[in-house]
Amino acid sequence: MKPRSDYEQSAWRRLVRFVDGESLADAERRAEEMRENDAQSQQAADTEAELSFEQQEKEDREDRKRRLETEHEKEAMALLEKYRNWPKEHGVKIFGRLYAIMAVLLCLIIIVTLLVTVSYLPEFGQPDNPNNNEVVRKYNEMGLEETGATNIVAGMILDYRAFDTLGESHVLFVAAVCVMILLRLELTKDGKPTDKKRAAEENDRLYEPKNDKILQLSAKILVPIIIMYGIYVILNGHLSPGGGFSGGAIIGAGLILYVNAFGFKEATKILNRKNYAVISVVPLLFYALAKGYSFFTGANHLESGIPKGTPGHILSSGLILPLNICVGLVVACTMYHFYTLFRKGGM
Amino acid sequence: MEIVRFAVVALFLVASLCMAVISVAGVFKFRFILNRMHAAAICDSFALFIAMIGIAIAYGFTFATVKVLLIVLMVWVASPVSSHLIARLEVTTDKHLSEECEVRD
Repeated sequence: MKPRSDYEQSAWRRLVRFVDGESLADAERRAEEMRENDAQSQQAADTEAELSFEQQEKEDREDRKRRLETEHEKEAMALLEKYRNWPKEHGVKIFGRLYAIMAVLLCLIIIVTLLVTVSYLPEFGQPDNPNNNEVVRKYNEMGLEETGATNIVAGMILDYRAFDTLGESHVLFVAAVCVMILLRLELTKDGKPTDKKRAAEENDRLYEPKNDKILQLSAKILVPIIIMYGIYVILNGHLSPGGGFSGGAIIGAGLILYVNAFGFKEATKILNRKNYAVISVVPLLFYALAKGYSFFTGANHLESGIPKGTPGHILSSGLILPLNICVGLVVACTMYHFYTLFRKGGM
Repeated sequence: MEIVRFAVVALFLVASLCMAVISVAGVFKFRFILNRMHAAAICDSFALFIAMIGIAIAYGFTFATVKVLLIVLMVWVASPVSSHLIARLEVTTDKHLSEECEVRD
């Protein structure tokens, strides 16, 4: 039996060669020798075949047979080619159709499941619904008195359930840290950018319009309004719908717009690495300390000394306003930092 | 009176819905980015504006109407700028721009 032409490159032969300590060159030389031997024996056979007529006839017959075999081989090759091209010619089409059908089926299943679930829900606004229990009554009746916040949602998330919100803002911080581990490109010890960082900065927005006048003008008008609106949403969080998370997201969006319009050189004047570290850690620490204090005093029926103020005034409702500011700062910084990390590996 | 108002509101809302559907169809139908951008801009500017007018009529002229108009103004400032940026990016990166539109040097 003759080995295949790529026999020497097969994984098994490579393993054998590795075990025997041979190199590829040795194997090639041996294969060459074998091929020469083959050719010589073929030649010898040919010369012998010429000697007798009968043998020649036999040879002819064998030749015909071989030609037949090559025709078979051609057919086989064509078939193989067909099979190899099948995915390209038909498979993709079939897969596309199957994909569409499955997507529609999946959507239909989800829609039907949700609709069936909704149809089993109690009617909206009935007094004997399970959500009308003593918790809601307590929040509605005592919320304004106990938290001092006219926005009862702020009273809930930053007073009754402030522990939950503390966890949420820490989740944001931990997410930022994880993305930093994965994506951040460090400076060297003497504060100069490494090669990788420099490459990322060169590659940053290679084709994108830089210093676009139209964008800069609109950003000049919009960014102050956006950031001011975000600050309003944060500061007014205990009086009207809003609060730290939404306001922080608005401020983060404003900062991202500013970076896009004016570039990192201008933006780092507002927020650089050191600022970012301070702004994201100090609010979390303050939140944990303040809320720990108020939980401790509240659970032990001690006088906390935090004034509630008049409900409806901007300086009221105890800790809710500072906690809103903390959450807003963390959210804004995290959003902006995510953007810079994904764009070029850090500010 | 109520019926007339309802009819006008419904007209505005249905018109805006039609605009949005046309815009979405255009986004999927057109081949080139610049054409698709035009289709998408219909939804951003016209459909939104008509829907906001319909809502303003439905609820009467209150302080909320002013807020709604501010939203429209905001989108009208932001949307053309983003379209402009997309178009500039397309012009700088597309090698076969001449297939898409006439290019004058």
